[in-house]
Amino acid sequence: AKTKESVFKKLSRAVVGKSTVDDDVLDELEEVLITSDVGVDTTLKIIERIEERVAQDKFLGTSELNRILKEEIAALLEENNKGDYDAYQLPKSEYPYVIMVVGVNGVGKTTTIGKLAHQFKNAGKKVMLGAADTFRAAAVDQLIIWSERVGVPVVNQGMGADPASVAFETLTKAKEEGSDVVIIDTAGRLHNKINLMNELSKIKRVMDRVIPGAPNEILLILDGSTGQNAFEQAKQFTKATEVNALAITKLDGTAKGGVVIGVSDQFKVPVKYIGIGEGMEDLQVFNRNEFVASLFD
Amino acid sequence: MFENLNERLERSFQILKGQGKITEINVAETLKDVRRALLDADVNFKIAKSFTNTVKEKALGQDVLTALKPNQVMVKIVHDELAELMGGTHVDINTQGKPAVILIAGLQGSGKTTFSGKLANLLKTKRSMNPLLVACDVYRPAAIDQLHVLGEQIGVPVYSDKENKNPVKIAKAAIKEAKANGNDLVIVDTAGRLAIDEEMMNEIEAVKKSIDPTETLFVVDSMTGQDAVNTAKEFNDRLNFDGVVLTKLDGDTRGGAALSIRSVVNKPIKFVGTGEKMEALDVFHPERMADRILGMGDIVSLVERA
Ligand SMILES: Nc1nc2c(ncn2[C@@H]2O[C@H](COP(=O)(O)OP(=O)(O)OP(=O)(O)O)[C@@H](O)[C@H]2O)c(=O)[nH]1
Ligand SMILES: Nc1nc2c(ncn2[C@@H]2O[C@H](COP(=O)(O)OP(=O)(O)OP(=O)(O)O)[C@@H](O)[C@H]2O)c(=O)[nH]1
Ligand SMILES: [Mg+2]
Ligand SMILES: [Mg+2]
Repeated sequence: AKTKESVFKKLSRAVVGKSTVDDDVLDELEEVLITSDVGVDTTLKIIERIEERVAQDKFLGTSELNRILKEEIAALLEENNKGDYDAYQLPKSEYPYVIMVVGVNGVGKTTTIGKLAHQFKNAGKKVMLGAADTFRAAAVDQLIIWSERVGVPVVNQGMGADPASVAFETLTKAKEEGSDVVIIDTAGRLHNKINLMNELSKIKRVMDRVIPGAPNEILLILDGSTGQNAFEQAKQFTKATEVNALAITKLDGTAKGGVVIGVSDQFKVPVKYIGIGEGMEDLQVFNRNEFVASLFD
Repeated sequence: MFENLNERLERSFQILKGQGKITEINVAETLKDVRRALLDADVNFKIAKSFTNTVKEKALGQDVLTALKPNQVMVKIVHDELAELMGGTHVDINTQGKPAVILIAGLQGSGKTTFSGKLANLLKTKRSMNPLLVACDVYRPAAIDQLHVLGEQIGVPVYSDKENKNPVKIAKAAIKEAKANGNDLVIVDTAGRLAIDEEMMNEIEAVKKSIDPTETLFVVDSMTGQDAVNTAKEFNDRLNFDGVVLTKLDGDTRGGAALSIRSVVNKPIKFVGTGEKMEALDVFHPERMADRILGMGDIVSLVERA
C-alpha cells in the first residue's frame, strides 16, 4: 500500500527546480486517485490543476507541494461544503425539521438513521422516526430495534403498508407532539427502477401536505465502497427527490470513498456525514480536510 | 458517465480504420480508450493496466485478415481476452453431501441474507432439495427475523437461536438438526464483516472450520469500486472460498468488480442476483459479463456500422 509520505515525497522530488511535474509523479498520483474511486474525469481535473499550480511557481518546496495537492482536491469539495456544519443544530421553526433518507439497497440507510437519531437526541432534540420501508424483509423490525436502542419513538404501520401513508402519519404525529426532528426511512431501491423512483417522489409530496416545505433535507446515502455507479445514483435520486445532502458509509473499511469528490463537485451537494462502523456512535460530521488526507493514508 | 464511450471509440477506431496492420502507433489511442472504459467500469487500476498490455501484445503485428478491418480485429481480441478472464464456462455449485453445507460470507449489506433465501428457493424448486436455512448473524438488528421472513416466503424452515450469541455453536447445532430432520442441504447465513476486522474474520474462519462446508460462497455487491480486489483477496486468504456471488446486477453498474475479483482470486462467479425477489437469481454468464463491463454491446454495434 502507498503511504502518505511516499506519494508526497515522490511528487516533491520530481518537482523541485522544474516547471512541470514529470510523468512518473503524475502516474503515481493518478494511481492513488483512481484506486480511491475518484474516477477518471475527476482525476484528470485534479492533475490539470496541479500542473497549473506547479507551472506558476517554479520554486515549490516540499511542504508547499503537499499543501497544494490537498488544497486542489479539497477545492473540488469546497464550494458545496462551505463552513463547517453546526452539528445537529436545527434552524428555528415552528415545525419539526424533516429528513428523508434515500439510497440504493444495503448502503446503510437504516443504520445511519439510528446513529443520527442518537446524535440528535444527545444534542437535546426531540426525535421521531418513521418506518416507511415496508418492503424489505424485517425492515420495520430493524428500525424498531434501533429506536429502542436510542430511546426515541417510531411510527410504523407494519410491513406491506403504503410508505406514503407511514410518512403522512409520522409527520402528523410529530407535529402534534412538537418533535424537533423527524427522520423517515425508505426502502432501498436501485435508481434505474422508474416505478420505485416515482414512489419516492410521491412520499415526498405527501410530506409537503402535512408540513409545508417538508422534507427539509433529503439525505442520499452512498456506500463508501461503491465505485463509479455512485454518479448515476446521485443523478437519478436527485432527479426524483432533489437530494440536498450526502452521507458516505462504511468508511471504516479499506475503501476510500473517493467517488464522492466527483459526485459532490458535479451535483453541488454537500457531504454532511460519514459512517465509520455499525454502532450507535459511529457517525461523524464530514470534515473535508481529513477526508482528503485519508486518500493518501 | 458512460455516454461518451461510443464517441470515444468512434474517434479511436477512425485512426485504425483503413490501416493494414496493427502497430504500436495506431493501436495506442484505442488501448487508451479501452483502459478508460475499464476504469469507468470500476475494473481495478492495476488489472486494467495489465489487461490493456496483454491486449496490445496480442494485437501487435497482427495482419489484418482480408475480411476484417483492424478495428474489428481489436474488438475481437479485447472481447475474447475479457471473456476468457471472466472464466470461460459456467461452474456449477456442489450440492453433494449428507447434508451439503453452504457457507455464505461477505461485506455488510452485500446481499448475503437475500441470496441465502434465493439459493434455498432455487435448489428446492429446481433440484427438489430439502433445505434448512441457518441464522448465524447474531449482530445486525432484526437479521434473524429477516431470514425467518424469507424462509416463510419460500416455504423453507429456518434454524435460529436468539439466546445464543455464538455463531459456531449455532451452526453446529443447526447441522445436527438438519441430520435429524432429513434436510439434505444447509445454508448458513452470516453477519456482514469488513476484511480488516480481525475479530470478525476469526469468527467466520472458526465457523468454517467447525462445519467444514461443501461450498463457501463470497457475496459481493456488483457496484463495488476499486476496493473489490482487497476485500476479495482478504476473504479468500481467510476462507479459501469456492465461488463468488455477484448481487444487484439489475442495476446499471458495469460491474468491473467482477473482473477484478476474478483476476485476483481466480475463483468462478457462480451466481448473479438480479432483484430483491426470491426468484431473482441467475447462473453466471461469463460472456455477458464481459460484454457488460466493456459496454461491448456498444462496441460491437459500432464496428458493425463501420
Ligand atoms: N462497517 C460498517 N457497516 C455499516 C455502516 N453503516 C451500515 N453498516 C452495515 O451495513 C449493513 C446494511 O445497513 P442497513 O442500514 O440495513 O442498510 P439499508 O440501506 O437500510 O439497507 P436496505 O434497507 O436493505 O436497502 C448492515 O449490516 C449495517 O450494520 C458503516 O458505516 N460501517
Ligand atoms: N435490487 C437488488 N437488491 C438486492 C439484491 N440482493 C440483495 N438486495 C437488497 O440489498 C439489500 C441488502 O441485502 P441483504 O440480503 O440484507 O444483505 P446482507 O449482506 O445480508 O446484509 P448484512 O447482513 O447487513 O451484512 C436488501 O435491500 C436486499 O433486498 C439484488 O440482486 N438486487
Ligand atoms: Mg433499510
Ligand atoms: Mg444479512
